[in-house]
Amino acid sequence: MKKSIAVTETLAREFGLTSEEYARVLAIMGRTPSLTELGIFAAMWSEHCSYKSSRQWLRQLPTKAPWVVHGPGENAGVVDIGQGYVAIFKIESHNHPSFIEPYQGAATGVGGILRDIFAMGARPIANLNALRFGDPENPITRRILDGVVRGIGGYGNCVGVPTVGGEINFHSAYDSNPLVNAMTVGLARKDKVFLSAAVGVGNPVVYVGSRTGRDGIHGATMSSAEFDKEALSKRPTVQVGDPFMEKLLIEACLELMATDAILSIQDMGAAGLTSSAVEMASKGGVGITLNLDAVPQREREMTAYEMMLSESQERMLMVLRPDRTEMARKIFEKWELECAVIGHLTETGRLIVQHKDVVEADIPLTPLVDQAPVYDRPFKRQPPVTPLGKVYAPLSLDDMLIRLLASPDLCSRAWVWNQYDGTVGGKTVFRPGMADSAVIRVEETSLGLALTTDCTPRYCQANAQVGAAQAVAEAWRNITATGARPLAITNNLNFANPEKPEIMGQIVGAIEGMAEACQALDFPVVSGNVSLYNETRHPDGSTRAILPTPVIGGLGLIDDIQRAVGLAMRAAEDVVLIGTTQGALGQSIWLREILGQEEGEPPCVDFEVERRNGDFVRKAIHAGYITACHDVSDGGILVAIAEMVLAGGVGCTLESPDSGMRPEAFWFGEDQSRYLACTPNGVALCERAAQAGVSARIIGRSGGNELIFPSGVTLSLLRLKAAHESFFQALIPD
Amino acid sequence: MRVALIVFPGTNRERDMLMAFRRVTPKPPRVIWHHETELGKADLVVLPGGFSYGDYLRCGAMAAHSPIMGEVRRFAAAGGHILGICNGFQILTESRLLPGALLKNARLRFLSQECHLRVETSETPFTRRWKRGDVFRVPLAHGDGYYTADDQTLECLEAEGRVAFRYADAKGRVCETDFLCNPNGSLHSIAGVLSANRRVCGMMPHPENLIDPLMGGVDGLPLFEGLVEALVR
Repeated sequence: MKKSIAVTETLAREFGLTSEEYARVLAIMGRTPSLTELGIFAAMWSEHCSYKSSRQWLRQLPTKAPWVVHGPGENAGVVDIGQGYVAIFKIESHNHPSFIEPYQGAATGVGGILRDIFAMGARPIANLNALRFGDPENPITRRILDGVVRGIGGYGNCVGVPTVGGEINFHSAYDSNPLVNAMTVGLARKDKVFLSAAVGVGNPVVYVGSRTGRDGIHGATMSSAEFDKEALSKRPTVQVGDPFMEKLLIEACLELMATDAILSIQDMGAAGLTSSAVEMASKGGVGITLNLDAVPQREREMTAYEMMLSESQERMLMVLRPDRTEMARKIFEKWELECAVIGHLTETGRLIVQHKDVVEADIPLTPLVDQAPVYDRPFKRQPPVTPLGKVYAPLSLDDMLIRLLASPDLCSRAWVWNQYDGTVGGKTVFRPGMADSAVIRVEETSLGLALTTDCTPRYCQANAQVGAAQAVAEAWRNITATGARPLAITNNLNFANPEKPEIMGQIVGAIEGMAEACQALDFPVVSGNVSLYNETRHPDGSTRAILPTPVIGGLGLIDDIQRAVGLAMRAAEDVVLIGTTQGALGQSIWLREILGQEEGEPPCVDFEVERRNGDFVRKAIHAGYITACHDVSDGGILVAIAEMVLAGGVGCTLESPDSGMRPEAFWFGEDQSRYLACTPNGVALCERAAQAGVSARIIGRSGGNELIFPSGVTLSLLRLKAAHESFFQALIPD
Repeated sequence: MRVALIVFPGTNRERDMLMAFRRVTPKPPRVIWHHETELGKADLVVLPGGFSYGDYLRCGAMAAHSPIMGEVRRFAAAGGHILGICNGFQILTESRLLPGALLKNARLRFLSQECHLRVETSETPFTRRWKRGDVFRVPLAHGDGYYTADDQTLECLEAEGRVAFRYADAKGRVCETDFLCNPNGSLHSIAGVLSANRRVCGMMPHPENLIDPLMGGVDGLPLFEGLVEALVR
């Protein structure tokens, strides 16, 4: 039926191609493409698959280091962690589907990123999620939050991969554009990493997993356009996840990977069979012929167009050694998985799609991939922000602390992470809230991995370059605070419509800031994802863009896992502040939550100081001088101390800062590169810091069950706890 | 001790269980795929946690009809010892090897947190390392852990001392209606039960996840040590 649809420029535009792009398709094909061919071009050239707006800027990012085994370009980044192992990790967004159908959108986001990881031969060992929701007062925020959290839990818990970390922010800019960025970390033997480049002309192309249905057709092009009032009617383009099938796929693939059967493997993610077949063949420099009659199908009368563009979940494509196909079939049968040989590699250099004895597509692969459009979009740099003028605290320190601890961005996330299985696998050393990074033991070694996600969008809104650099530094710091050495990052660049010069300006600024920070901190980017068009068009024609949100997923390594520290304060120790405080209140949480202002300049990171302070802290942790450590970030020193107190269930007596600055600036300022460290001997730690050229001072003494301010005012642990834990339960009652 | 560890499609805590047994016995458990029809020689059969068959239909309902379960039933009838944790507990109730059923948590959300259990009897191989009334910390992670049974069954379990563990607070206080003590709302705060011959034990929380100081403690270890003590020949 669909075959009767005439391919025209108008149709191409409906598919998301511009007139110029369609002209390029005509030039490559030398004829009018078939409907299936047009669908393949539209998917491969969508923003989602081609990175056409960001690609030329992404080249700036440093991607190499001696420990980087595979950087961007594979399914995920691979870093050497020693003792014969590699860590494989990536973050990916599922923003648009999560607005349309929060549960399934988030669940399939988790499923998709898991497949990227085990496709490379790694057993997934940890999930993290960076989430951004709208104003909590907005009723739809509740529905989206609840659905997303249930979806992440529903999928991750069932597949048996612990969800161990992440972050959540609320802001009205995300009202109709929540961000769901899912990160997975996997572990593999260094000599057993699988790549996607297809190998060996004549070898069979094997499909395994769920059957192909009509779900998610054109998901990639959907996520490459702005939202409008029609968005919710696009529900059929959201896929439904089956975590049980995913679990079977993980186990079956890992079992098969222990043999020598698999030559290349890739999951079918965005743009489904199209992108996996095209990427595998083009990376391998071979052609590929697919026979769609053999594709396991869930629905009747599916067309070639539908099968090539379907985004049905839980499917993998692999090239096998011909003499191992039978063995592979047996393993898949054991796991009750359907598999089929659906094609073979050729020397034609072309993607040929056959269905019911008709050639539905015949496209030269090189131009399909290499001539994908790249745009040098016009951009306008963000205007400089006015520095924050004089501000005054309207409340006492203790009242402000209580307000901050109860605020949506700072309150306890226990309600959320208690819905995620954080212990399955038996290797979780620190769950969320117990340390600055999640810490996972690497079984049968002395090693541990420290994992975090970070971004402070309000900083990026004011200055994306400074904000993106800060996000990198904060990830570096959160890893350092556990005693681990930061190794590499994955990034998820979430922005609004890049066709608008001011949004493109944010993108350019953020990438520049990120590149600078990664370079300065030896913290290369090994994988990533770009999500653009996170913007909603209202019926009156106005649009609302998200805050620029370049999320950093960081991975660090601790050689001796026994040395890792958490943030829980211990009794009868000194609390030492490491780093310099100048009272940076611009764009601070304090300013927003207490005075209702989102103004001023975000805090800048001095990378030299960052390294010096961080290297000192890490060494002191390894030497056993520090028993608990927490970076100072949102909410400043006082909030960080309260978090340590709450985690440890131990009070603290604060010393007077004698800083010459206003108390609110000292206690709530968000100056960078700072840590709080608990130590049995504060004087000795400060002396060691001084020798290393690091500024440090004792700021408190732990003990009792109250937080005691320099003024003598006290807050009981119970009061702090009540404030900290009320928000989510009140927002979403049972 | 010869342990047979049964794995169903969707089981996901089998490696955790292997780690726990590794700490108490040199002999690793034999991992048995659900399609097999023979247990071989075993002193203990373990059904680990997870989402067998995706928890589709009902938790444990499909696994209860797996080929290996016929053999597990025969093993139980012959007086064999069986431990089922989380999904394993659900499979045991679905197989009628233990009474009662596990429904959705009272607050209808998945729960993953630490809880405390009060040991209700030390007269079993599963609990012999504890004293009656001992309280220990243990993680739980489940969506369907609300233990329920008809009044007669509950009465019988209580009368025969077949409640193995009850949810409690850190001080051992048990309160069925307080979610701080009884997180999933289970009737009589029941977290684990025993068969009439006290040789089959099912429990929802995960002692296998608290067996190493690095992971926060060894509170779960006595269960495994007790089994080795009782069942090694």
